[in-house]
Amino acid sequence: MATSRIARPLARRLNARHVLSTQATPLRAFSYALPARSEQPPRTTHFGFETVPEDVKQSRVASVFSSVATSYDTMNDLMSLGIHRLWKDHFVRALDPGINPLIATPGAPPLSILDVAGGTGDIAFRLLEHAGRVHGDNTARVMVADINPDMLAEGRRRAAGTPYLSQGRLEFVEANAEVLSMVPDASVDIYTVAFGIRNFTNIRKALAEAHRILKPGGVFACLEFSKVGNPVLDAVYKRWSFGAIPLIGQVVAGDRKSYQYLVESIERFPSQTEFAGMIKEGGFLLPEGGGWEDLSMGIACVHKGIKPVEEKVRAEEPVKAEKPIYIRPSNPAQIPY
Amino acid sequence: MTVNLAIPRTSSVVLRLTRQCQCAVRANPLAGQRTFSVLNRPTPNYEGHVPLTPIERGALAISSAIWCFFDPTRADLIAALGEATAQPFPITRLRDAMLRSPTGRRILRDRPRITSQSLNLPYLRSLPANTVGRNYVEWLDREGVTPDTRSSVQYIDDAECAYVMQRYRESHDFYHALTGLPVVREGEVALKAFEFANTGLPMTGLSIGAVATLKKAERERFWSVYGPWAVRNGLQAEEVINVYWEEELESDVEALRTRLGIEKPPDLRAMRKAERERRKRERQEREAGLRS
Repeated sequence: MATSRIARPLARRLNARHVLSTQATPLRAFSYALPARSEQPPRTTHFGFETVPEDVKQSRVASVFSSVATSYDTMNDLMSLGIHRLWKDHFVRALDPGINPLIATPGAPPLSILDVAGGTGDIAFRLLEHAGRVHGDNTARVMVADINPDMLAEGRRRAAGTPYLSQGRLEFVEANAEVLSMVPDASVDIYTVAFGIRNFTNIRKALAEAHRILKPGGVFACLEFSKVGNPVLDAVYKRWSFGAIPLIGQVVAGDRKSYQYLVESIERFPSQTEFAGMIKEGGFLLPEGGGWEDLSMGIACVHKGIKPVEEKVRAEEPVKAEKPIYIRPSNPAQIPY
Repeated sequence: MTVNLAIPRTSSVVLRLTRQCQCAVRANPLAGQRTFSVLNRPTPNYEGHVPLTPIERGALAISSAIWCFFDPTRADLIAALGEATAQPFPITRLRDAMLRSPTGRRILRDRPRITSQSLNLPYLRSLPANTVGRNYVEWLDREGVTPDTRSSVQYIDDAECAYVMQRYRESHDFYHALTGLPVVREGEVALKAFEFANTGLPMTGLSIGAVATLKKAERERFWSVYGPWAVRNGLQAEEVINVYWEEELESDVEALRTRLGIEKPPDLRAMRKAERERRKRERQEREAGLRS
């Protein structure tokens, strides 16, 4: 008993000394001059598994995509064994773009879609083709924005084989997704980004820009690589990604480094729930199920978000939602057929 | 419930295993290297080093060999094939050959690199016509290549062996100048045969498979003239990897060849030109005969 009365405070003091001695820089009681703080370190972000300053990432990503631009489709086919075409088809079909002109409000502006980081035009062509074939919509417009001029050049080359360029429904613009200064506020119906968002320097800034330019009720849709849930498939997938893909890049394209970056950037991208959380924090409403849909057991994932419609509350009038674009006019005289 | 599996006592098993391991460590040069997967590669040993697993190495060797056979202009793939097949023994043999020679040891200590910056090309053009440097730069100009087209070594694990491979790759153009073989497919195959006989790198041996892609006359020339020349000279000559090219730029080419023990092969460009002219003449005679 007596020993514990002595031992416990003694132990406490000993522990305290022990704690003090493990501090990195013990405070000196007589001098409280704080060490001069070094300059704020530059903000860094990740480039694959490397950590780089933010201003450097953009140029490094640009150089990766310049070097892969011409063999981009071959590489996608080899890396995903051709399945990337199915993913893109599903992405566009699930979005279901297009306003049937027979039921559209007369005088309404055509459907406006912005495809970001879609340089080679894969998604843009699918969107326009779907709108025309399924809804008979031949006025929908797509603007393809990409940060890399080589990818855009490749897209323009492919667009030459389609009628959309001459109809003025397709334009290619060099722009950074975080600063879309040429797009006015609330002017876009659908914002799509396919396999591009993991390369952005600051994803939240891009989400904020998307929120700005979308019309209320507009849809943000993102197709991206994501985390595989099944552990067995995940083990196989990771070994394929880190072993086979850089090797294929070396043999087919002569560029191991770019493909190593691509698989590392896939690994660094947030998981389905994390990214859905980021979209929600960006001010979007998530459809049911968290707003995401796994493709190929999680290898790819479609995330969607909807910009909420502002509710104008007035004292005397009841709350009226903004007229959605697909509604059939109630006045039969307005139906053109 | 006990099961008697007739397993010998643990201690004797362990003792036998450790003795086997010890023997393995003593005899096997590959022991002591930890295995890794593609998900946790070890830290690189030098700038640009990419450690490969055995499966990756095999896949790289096979796929690059097949791709190079159909597209021999992919120099980076030929380099990758060389690196994938050089370990563990061929490249260490070459490194040991360098260590056995005093000049080779100096090269390994200095580690000079051959680039368009390290060689003063205008100065080389001003040298007399019989010098190694002048021959080299004339050859570069005639074939339209520069010393900068060589890719860096990535897949060889030991840093010194990686330098040996890099030195071999950069000296390849000097071997062209030394032997006078042109950069056409036929000349490259003949030079690769010489290098295989001299350095023993498997990639050079595999490159002889490109003989199957040569035309009939070229193939006949290879089997009758250049192949035997390459084997004879490669085996009897000194190791060309040990030549300190930066110091030999002003020496006479013939003297260097004599010193190394290499005969000059018949001029391939002249032979090809003569062959072309002979065929043209025959064609003209045939057409004249048909018309008359």
